[in-house]
Amino acid sequence: MKIKLKEIAHSRSGDKGDISNVSLIAYKPEDYEFLKKEVTAEKVKAYFKGIVLGDVVCYEMPKIKALNFVMQKAQAGGVTRTLRMDIHGKVFGSLFVDMEVER
Amino acid sequence: MKKVRIGGGAGFARDRIEPAVELAEKGDVDYLVFECLAERTIATDNMEKMANPNKGYNIWLERRMAAVLPVCARKGIKIITNMGSANPEAAARKISEMCKDLGIKGLKIAAVVGDNVTELVRNYKTTIFETGADLDTIREKIVSANAYLGAEPTAEALRGGADIVVIGRSADPSLFVAPMMYEFNWAPDNWHIMGVATVLGHLMECAGQVTGGYFAEPGYKDVEGLDVLGFPICEVSENGDAILTKVPGSGGELSLRTCKEQLLYEIHDPSKYFTPDVIADFTGVEFTQVSKDVIRVTGADGKHRSDTYKVSVGYRDSFIGEGQLSYGGSGAVKRAQMAGEIAKKRLLLQGLKSDETRIDLIGLNSMVGLKAKSDVEPYEVRLRVACRTETAAEAAKVGDEVVTLLTNGPAGGGADFVSVRELIAILSVLIPRDLVKPSVIFI
Repeated sequence: MKIKLKEIAHSRSGDKGDISNVSLIAYKPEDYEFLKKEVTAEKVKAYFKGIVLGDVVCYEMPKIKALNFVMQKAQAGGVTRTLRMDIHGKVFGSLFVDMEVER
Repeated sequence: MKKVRIGGGAGFARDRIEPAVELAEKGDVDYLVFECLAERTIATDNMEKMANPNKGYNIWLERRMAAVLPVCARKGIKIITNMGSANPEAAARKISEMCKDLGIKGLKIAAVVGDNVTELVRNYKTTIFETGADLDTIREKIVSANAYLGAEPTAEALRGGADIVVIGRSADPSLFVAPMMYEFNWAPDNWHIMGVATVLGHLMECAGQVTGGYFAEPGYKDVEGLDVLGFPICEVSENGDAILTKVPGSGGELSLRTCKEQLLYEIHDPSKYFTPDVIADFTGVEFTQVSKDVIRVTGADGKHRSDTYKVSVGYRDSFIGEGQLSYGGSGAVKRAQMAGEIAKKRLLLQGLKSDETRIDLIGLNSMVGLKAKSDVEPYEVRLRVACRTETAAEAAKVGDEVVTLLTNGPAGGGADFVSVRELIAILSVLIPRDLVKPSVIFI
């Protein structure tokens, strides 16, 4: 069954230069292992294809049942010079939890 | 055991005013910290200072200080802020003037200076941190360079008796670390405690973002009272034990889930969070809900700080010319797309000199470019054409070719908007610590 990440986790995006990071925090601690297995850096890079142009790395935060994805070349040249409307990529967290996984 | 209560009075340059007043009146705080300096602001403020030596500090400084000075003076609440921006001395003098006008006597006001290393960096041979390119590639266009100062200069100001400390470029968490260092006499090389203090500062530095702001998702994360959102208070003990809380009855929520979102905000490798004070380790952090809107924070750590300062270099990058026009009703998307194609051809005909053009449909794909998977079309959509140019004159052509679509483009275009703005961009360099000499000036 396909579900959106939104159903089991929340996210907030942050910015620094041309980098965006999105967290993925399990609502229920028991869903953390599933998220860790299913939501890989490769899948996140593919999901944001054409928007995030650099590498994506996943850092694990098991103590708070969360993952942190750091995305390079994500802000079309950087917050202070991008032509994009959403210069900080504030929308990345909201877009991320729309991603579907197989449960 | 001795405790100190620090209020997060503002999380960015244009944050609300009243929550800080609420913290001062009802929060039983010893300190109010105002974090009001974004990346780029200091560059444009430096340009303002070069035109007028009495300017270059945060434009809302007077408004914000007018609201909190009386209550802070009355209750002995100390204030720490980076509203000094490019001109901490002028900012401190302005606050001193305001105290005189308000009949407030006896407050010691200090400015921390030394972050401005513009002339040094202008002549410094090095590479750009983000790209590895030689600094020569932007050297001629540099308008400012400011080192991120740590907590120590502000702590020194407090030790000198300051009631109000105004700083320029500073690492945001350091604004909170400083009062803790001062009150508890923590050594700057006690890396563990500096890591603890830095994590607390990171949770506090965006004000409402830890108390229910930048959080609500109707039906998934419901939050009440965002119109009266209460800003956070950190109560920390001499041994580093700490809780986060907010004024009872204020709007918002302080919980495990809000703390987790703020903990991971704007961080990369959580085991190595670099500040001028320490390299903090977030991976052991845990949150415990003690009671409603009270969270205990544990598990942070830190190790030896790096031997460089990170410096924010502001430089003249380019201009952006922009035009927007809305379309509505069925077929709005097709008309907006047609309008975009026409604008593109027109700019080509005009010989626009631009190496980057963006055509977005606001309502469909404009924020970063990602589009919904469904085929449902919005009933209204707004065309946005934006181009990067080298001059303001070239940039103006973009708005011209969008506004002329009113009478020369598809049916029903309305609500036109045009703009030209100069982009001052920011890149970073790292310089050895001994090249930066912060100092405290009492007004």
